[in-house]
Amino acid sequence: MEYNQLILSSVLLLPLIAAILNLFLWGNSRAQRWVGNLFVVLHLVVSALVLKQTVAHSMIVLNVGDWLHGYGIMLAVDALSAGMIAMASLLALLAWFYSYEWFTSESVKALFNVVYFFLLMGLTGAFMAADLFNLYVWFEVLLVSSFVLFTLGGKKAQLEGTLKYVAINVFSSTIFLAGIGVIYGLTGTVNMAAAGIALDSLGQSSLANVAAVFFLVSFGIKAAVFPLFFWLPATYHTAPIGISSLVVALMTKVGVYVLIRFFTIVFPISENEVFRVVFMLIAAFTMVVGVFGAAAQSDFRKILSFHIVSQIGYMIMGLAIGTPLAIAGALFFLLHNVLVKTNLFFISGLVNRVAGSYSLKQLGGVLTQFPLLALVFAISAFALTGVPPLTGFWGKFILAKAGFMAGDWEIVTVSLAVSLITLFSMTKIWNQVFWKPLPQGSSFSVSTFSQMAKSYPSMVLVVLCLTVIILGVSFFPNQFIEYAERAAQYVVNRTDYINAVLNR
Amino acid sequence: MDVLLSILTGLLYAAGLYLLLHKGMMKMIIGIMMLGYASNLFLFLVAKLTRGVPALIPSAADTIEVPFADPVPQALILTAIVIGFGIQAFAIVLLKRVYLSTRTANMDDLNTTDKLDD
Repeated sequence: MEYNQLILSSVLLLPLIAAILNLFLWGNSRAQRWVGNLFVVLHLVVSALVLKQTVAHSMIVLNVGDWLHGYGIMLAVDALSAGMIAMASLLALLAWFYSYEWFTSESVKALFNVVYFFLLMGLTGAFMAADLFNLYVWFEVLLVSSFVLFTLGGKKAQLEGTLKYVAINVFSSTIFLAGIGVIYGLTGTVNMAAAGIALDSLGQSSLANVAAVFFLVSFGIKAAVFPLFFWLPATYHTAPIGISSLVVALMTKVGVYVLIRFFTIVFPISENEVFRVVFMLIAAFTMVVGVFGAAAQSDFRKILSFHIVSQIGYMIMGLAIGTPLAIAGALFFLLHNVLVKTNLFFISGLVNRVAGSYSLKQLGGVLTQFPLLALVFAISAFALTGVPPLTGFWGKFILAKAGFMAGDWEIVTVSLAVSLITLFSMTKIWNQVFWKPLPQGSSFSVSTFSQMAKSYPSMVLVVLCLTVIILGVSFFPNQFIEYAERAAQYVVNRTDYINAVLNR
Repeated sequence: MDVLLSILTGLLYAAGLYLLLHKGMMKMIIGIMMLGYASNLFLFLVAKLTRGVPALIPSAADTIEVPFADPVPQALILTAIVIGFGIQAFAIVLLKRVYLSTRTANMDDLNTTDKLDD
């Protein structure tokens, strides 16, 4: 087996091996921890190698079982996939160390250490699947693992939230399956590249539009776009924070990734005016409704959950504008959002650990007690709103530039207005949690930052690391933007992708 | 056969959606199952149904003659059935846990996570 194929299959198999090893180490959570530590690091290293190879060769294809190209199961990694895998891997590493100190019960720990790696495998697989049915399978792996992780601990709110999450996701999966059926009936293949060519030669077919709508609805639910987002604020904040930050940050982004992949390679919306308008409207409403929802909440995590909805709108906006620059903007924004949002969730977890609450009413005084934590929050919050020179600014700047260049000034106006309201809801958290004095009846479990660092060393370390990464991306955005542009070029000019997958 | 199966698929979708929107928890699970079956049948039908012609190459010939029963959708559906089975099993256990911790089987009572805290 060649080197490229070897690293591609190992990036997928490493989490599986870790999960199986941890199954055998059930009950010995210390050993499970060390296996986990080893494998999250290995996964990050191998995904970095995949990233390096994709930059060198522009694309790696693994044809499982050596069937004719386009017929069997294929794994294909282009710049977009490699970037997503590397990002997911980095996040998985941070969330793994963050959740070190979160669980106390031994049985919960044991289950977490196993299922976490199935989740990571599902994520990796979904990003590299080259055919739609394979994507469906990886998605189910991902979903079932996330169901289990959401219920860990078994609190009442968690179970309630998960029931809704399961129902909506099973519903969206059945639509996805129906969409795959239509594509197969039309083209006789489920391979994305082959289906893309076949749909081209069919011309404007109404059945193809039906399939596209199936995919839009199904992944719209998973990505939580307007008007399909209502499940997200009802569920996400109920999960344990280490999980919710990983799942929250990545689950919806997998939805966005598939939307980008499907609506460029299989069914390019840049040639379809109706779909473009639909996407524009979806983007605008998602941004506006999400941010107003956030402004109305009074729970730390609920505000953050609603913000996810709003930020998804920006990524859909990039897809709707559809030029390579716009998609590059969407991808950079995606990276920014994953980093910043996760950090905010991590901070909310840390505040919860020391103050015992998520409710804005009961929190307060963090600024005087833990100024460093407040600074870290302020950096992330400013990045989220898009204050220059932080990451959010670069993402929004590229999107706005692409929007003006394509003549879509309406959506740019909406997106800039939404930024202001984002700032408002962040100041709400700032005022209530950090600035106002600690309310009567509440108290901190530790009194200084160094004590906090002593009690929760890995949580504090992860938050600081992530902040450094955010600052790094903010001050040296060039490589990241260039990489996003490369990835965008590759998906928009889809012939290279199609030729590489079909070996033509 | 096609017509009958199409009508059945439609009925399954309708019944599944109705039950999914019902406030009884148990009915919701049955609704989820029915939707799964409906989608499987839909996949089967839309990929063109051929009866009585298995995809076997006769020993005298090199290639298979059309029409033949396409094995790919069958493989896809088998996979989907297995996945659906796992998810249904999980959903039923989850439902039981929700019932034990909330002591209600009415979906309308499960709105605590949506409420604004004040």
